[in-house]
Amino acid sequence: MPRTPNPDRRTVLAGLAAGAAFGLPSIGHAQLDPLTTRKIPSSGETIPAVGLGTWITFNVGNDPVARDASAEVMRAFFAAGGRMIDSSPMYGSSQDVIGYGLRKLGRPDSLLAADKVWISSGARGPAQIEASRQRWGVPRFDLLQVHNLLSWEEHLPTLLRMKADGHVRYVGITTSEGRRHREVERIMASQQIDFVQATYNVLDRETETRIFPLARERGIGVIVNRPFREGALIRQVARHPLPAWAAEIGCTSWAQFLLKFIVAHPDVTCAIPATSNVAHVRENVGVARGILPDTAMRRRMAEYVEAL
Amino acid sequence: MSEWWTYRPSDFLMFAPRTYNRLFELYNTEIWPLQIVAIAAGFAVLWLVWRGLHGRIVAAVLAAAWVFVAWAYHWERYATISTAAPYYAVGFAAQALLLAWCGIRRDGFPFDVPPAPIRWIGLVLLAAGVALYPLLAPLFGRPWTQAEIFGIAPDATATATIGALLLTKSRIASLLALPLLWCAISALTLWTMEAPDVAAPASVLVLGAATAIWKWRQGVTIGRATAGEGR
Repeated sequence: MPRTPNPDRRTVLAGLAAGAAFGLPSIGHAQLDPLTTRKIPSSGETIPAVGLGTWITFNVGNDPVARDASAEVMRAFFAAGGRMIDSSPMYGSSQDVIGYGLRKLGRPDSLLAADKVWISSGARGPAQIEASRQRWGVPRFDLLQVHNLLSWEEHLPTLLRMKADGHVRYVGITTSEGRRHREVERIMASQQIDFVQATYNVLDRETETRIFPLARERGIGVIVNRPFREGALIRQVARHPLPAWAAEIGCTSWAQFLLKFIVAHPDVTCAIPATSNVAHVRENVGVARGILPDTAMRRRMAEYVEAL
Repeated sequence: MSEWWTYRPSDFLMFAPRTYNRLFELYNTEIWPLQIVAIAAGFAVLWLVWRGLHGRIVAAVLAAAWVFVAWAYHWERYATISTAAPYYAVGFAAQALLLAWCGIRRDGFPFDVPPAPIRWIGLVLLAAGVALYPLLAPLFGRPWTQAEIFGIAPDATATATIGALLLTKSRIASLLALPLLWCAISALTLWTMEAPDVAAPASVLVLGAATAIWKWRQGVTIGRATAGEGR
């Protein structure tokens, strides 16, 4: 049976406030289903289950037209109730473009700023984090992660110290496409991290077997990257019709279908699809509203896509 | 980079095709009307190479083209979306230095008289870099403002340079390494972007490398360069 989301009141109100601040008509909110939220295990803070990634899509350099388009994506994201934006110093100009958008829109209180440290030298980590913070134009990051486990032995103590000093709220590690999962598990089991970020989608489900259970056991939030395999998954399935039964969980597009599969997993805290399209960001965040598939339906979804 | 074997070329593509193409559009807009000078210089090189004249001038123009692309394109613009671009800038600057060094040394930039097929392939590649490359953008449905021009854009510059170098003495044909390497990098980038114009740098790479090997195997003029050929 499909199940309905269970948001907390604060998040609903935050979404409504953000919508009002970013120009959504209030009548629209009155008709929307509440946003599915998830608790960050280490703090109990709730966040919407869909965030915004910036890999490739926000790396637009100094193109003023594309920068404005990215700002509009952020406007639509916040207006729809979104909170977590994730980036990295590895993403080219993405951090600058986020900073441009935040300056243009006015930084909303609801923003959950997630970034990474990505440098071989542990000693140079703090300088890179500070440079990233200045690019974003935020007083501090909410979440800092060690990107792809690069020099994690050196960076993680720095991040944990920053957290203890109140310079960041959450600490995490990231990987993608199934790389170094053994090492990820070892860190999850031995370090006091708040988040792990890994790839998970309807076809890449390796994280289900060990990462997700370990995250549940250790009280670690899970951020899901590459939900659409950088768009390749949507292009792959788009040649086929959406199954009629997708309507049972409120899906009218493949993107909704694929994202609902991820967001419905109870161990997923937040999925971070990236887009440069305002309609797509609305659709993505909208996935966190309304009916979500239950376990049986999710199994059916995976089997259907695997058979395509 | 651990587990390097699990990475694909597409994992390193950090921008969208639209962003890449817009980069040329903004670049062309910002440096206008320098394109007129560059196109005129390109056709001048084509004419000089066709006639086998003034090798030092040809070397100077090619060196200027490479150093300009290194600075204006790779360093100033491509680096805003590609973390590899500063390294490309260094490579292009090194090629400019090599070309300049060949131009100022005692026997200059000596033209060769290779067998007809090699000569024609060289001239065709040079002409393609100068005259065909600017047409690729509109031919593939993109606006004229995204045109890639010799001396301004890297692929056109590398193509024309490979053509010119195929017509020089074999011993300076080693200068082909960096232009061919750039064609490989560009072809890989366009291939991961699924861009239809990937055929351009890929063709130049295959044709340029095959012709260079052919010329080398024939031993054309190796060790027979004579002084005073830097006409």
